[in-house]
Amino acid sequence: MEKLASNINRRNFIKITGITGTGFILGLSVKGNDVGQIANLSEEAISYELTPYVVIEKSGVISIFNSKPEIGQGTFQSIPSLIAEELNLTLDQVTIKQTSGQKKFGPMQFAGGSMSVRSEYFLLRKVGASAREMLVLAASRQWNVPVEECYAQDVKVFHKPSGKSLGYGELAESASKLEVPKSPKLKDPKDFMLLGKNVQRPDVPLKVSGRAEFGIDAVVPGMVYASIEYCPVFGGKLVSYDDSAAKKMKGVLSVETCERIIGKYKYEVVAVIAENYWAAYQGRKGLKVKWDYKGNEKFNSVEYAKHLHELAKKDGVIDIDRGDFNKTFADAPVKVEAFYETPMVSHSPIEPMNCTASWYDGNKLELWVSTQVPADIVGSFAKAYGIPEENIKLNMFFNGGGFGRRLYNDYIHEAVQLTKKIGKPVKLIWSREDDTQQGPFRPMTFSDLKGGLSADGTLVAFQHKVIAPSLDASDKEGYDATKKDGTMTEGISEQKYEIANMKNMYVHADIHIPIVAWRAVTSTTLAFAQECFIDELAVKAKKDPMAFRLQMLTKESDTKNVLLKLKEVSNWDNPLPKGWGRGVAQYEFFAGLGGYVVEVSTKGTGVKIEKAYAVIDLGTVVNPDMVQAQVEGAMVMAITAAIKNGITFEKGQTVQTNYNNNPILRINEMPQIEVFILANGGPSIKGVGEPGLPPFAPALCNAIFAATGKRIRTLPFDINKV
Amino acid sequence: MPVYEINVNNKPYTVDVEATMPLLWVIRDFVGLKGTKFGCGIAQCGACTVHLDGNPIRSCSFPAAGAAGKKITTIEGISENIDHAVQKAWIELQVPQCGYCQSGQIMSAVALLKNKPTPTDADIDAAMQGNLCRCGTYKRVRSAIHRAAELAK
Repeated sequence: MEKLASNINRRNFIKITGITGTGFILGLSVKGNDVGQIANLSEEAISYELTPYVVIEKSGVISIFNSKPEIGQGTFQSIPSLIAEELNLTLDQVTIKQTSGQKKFGPMQFAGGSMSVRSEYFLLRKVGASAREMLVLAASRQWNVPVEECYAQDVKVFHKPSGKSLGYGELAESASKLEVPKSPKLKDPKDFMLLGKNVQRPDVPLKVSGRAEFGIDAVVPGMVYASIEYCPVFGGKLVSYDDSAAKKMKGVLSVETCERIIGKYKYEVVAVIAENYWAAYQGRKGLKVKWDYKGNEKFNSVEYAKHLHELAKKDGVIDIDRGDFNKTFADAPVKVEAFYETPMVSHSPIEPMNCTASWYDGNKLELWVSTQVPADIVGSFAKAYGIPEENIKLNMFFNGGGFGRRLYNDYIHEAVQLTKKIGKPVKLIWSREDDTQQGPFRPMTFSDLKGGLSADGTLVAFQHKVIAPSLDASDKEGYDATKKDGTMTEGISEQKYEIANMKNMYVHADIHIPIVAWRAVTSTTLAFAQECFIDELAVKAKKDPMAFRLQMLTKESDTKNVLLKLKEVSNWDNPLPKGWGRGVAQYEFFAGLGGYVVEVSTKGTGVKIEKAYAVIDLGTVVNPDMVQAQVEGAMVMAITAAIKNGITFEKGQTVQTNYNNNPILRINEMPQIEVFILANGGPSIKGVGEPGLPPFAPALCNAIFAATGKRIRTLPFDINKV
Repeated sequence: MPVYEINVNNKPYTVDVEATMPLLWVIRDFVGLKGTKFGCGIAQCGACTVHLDGNPIRSCSFPAAGAAGKKITTIEGISENIDHAVQKAWIELQVPQCGYCQSGQIMSAVALLKNKPTPTDADIDAAMQGNLCRCGTYKRVRSAIHRAAELAK
């Protein structure tokens, strides 16, 4: 266990690169467009153009590199398993090492978009299968027997007729001299030992014993600590500061300025450097900072919401224009219109943003950090600081939660600027208040919906107009509001419902607050509006909401299968106790497809979530237990976003400060959930981490309508006072 | 700064810190044990939970001076070989996701089981609602506490 824990640190990485000369290395070439081509790298010195994933040492020690940051989604098990499976290895027979943005491991070293397993599933199996075939061929040549008589098992290659064997380590050198098979034979899924099985995660023992190392746990000799004072009002500018009192405080070493860089925004901020974190944090109380709020102190959420309502009167940029919405809607005998609102929310991973950075020798940088984007850090920081990529050494740690927040490198830039300024390694830790108040946040989206029903209750005309600030506009300068912005209409035009006339659009709203992706991105809010509105239409059509949806799904589709599965597992047609209600919702978007049936009971003025049935459609599953865990967690996050505070602004400042007034769900509020996985095999693989989130809130609110007749169109809402 | 004698996981330490420095930072930055985590600093998330003379406290909001002469147990102190019943149950049910809050979850669960060897769901609600998990592992935390109760028998 100790060994595993320390695998993530730098010493071991150096050790492993040091032994590669004597080992057998197989990797994926990422030269040019040849992403999928497997190359035998053993002959090559470690090269920044190559990506070795498997290292077999002569001693028999086998290392498998995990290129996907572990943020709680289980890549420390799922990704190495893809290679190990094809090598007929179990995970306790290998050492798992985390890649840390080295160019040779390619641009896919990130955790985001529910991509990890689906992007690597066949590529990494091919790596493992090639290595297996080379080891087997090497053994057959050594014994001078037909290769068909040999097979790989238990870290050895066996000759079936004679029973003799050679270890992988013994074969590594001769195998490394062989050509890499062009199309290695992948294992038949029926022979899988790891894939599709509930294999225990190797990081769990570390995480129940305090031995798992997160970025905040990094210790570097000679390091000092930093805590940063930010302008309380977004968009304010630093005018001046008096640090005389702060500098007299115990443990405070100096006060420096640096820049927070988040998307297109740059904020000058004031950092207290101290001997320990507590002293740095306390030191901020000794600062007298003068800010110019530049009029941004007038900003508040109530006025901004009014502004979005005004904008909703405008036409937006067309996302889809199918059939003739205007005419069919005008002609429809039954028209339904509704307006939905959602709030900004924070990511709030329990590990606050932190980074330890050391700038040394004038042009070298070492980082110790929890991040979702190691490849991006090495590439973009080399550019930003004008140093070669090979001068950046990134040390990867387990992420204490990601949810999208650790896709952004603002806190890493801060630490780098500070270490550059003071010439010592700096450990920067954000306080929870910094994290809650400074964002970046998930944007709110408002939705203006229109639906036209024919006389027989068929949905013939549909419109979803999204009114919201844009992630792209926050990310970089030069946003063009006349162009289509797919992120802000995510999924609304791609649902499988067969609706003849559809006209969806996006109305852009400016905002000066940094907004970014949050787990399941814009689908987390758009699904709420869209799938609740579908429910409203079902009610107007006097149809059962499940039947209404299925009637719009005459063709075979994964969506239809998800709904049918939900219908079955929730016993949809069975009556519920008096005062109960059930609701259904599904949503398909870039990350995948999931759906819920939620049951609620009424309790005084409020409702209680009795039970959630979740169905996630994957095609192929690597670890069913981990998938269930991801959906369980996604539901918790969805409940928090639906019924807890959200982020609001008054006088230009974030109202919420910490978990006391920006609460997240607690164990006593946790409803029952059962997760069902649709995985019929096949080459189409959908994502796991995000699809469990978007359909929950609409299923819940549809259930509340069924139980109480009250339609919830604004999130968050108070579940105790519906 | 005052000098304090504190006992962490049955080992004595002498630390020279401000009296008001939270015990959390004493444990992490002076004693050097990193298993106890910083989450909120205001006793709202429970990631920093340790035992003080056997009782769970939020070390982020507990002053160093108050720990002098007391016995502190951290996640590193509950077993040598990751074989406490709670840890075994946590592994069996694969509770952690990111894992960051789990030291605190486990310290609260260990304290609960010491006082109530066979806790009800209501006992679990009461003892564990101070421990936040952003990944949402609550269903498994509950099951694992029941399982640990069985394992400890």
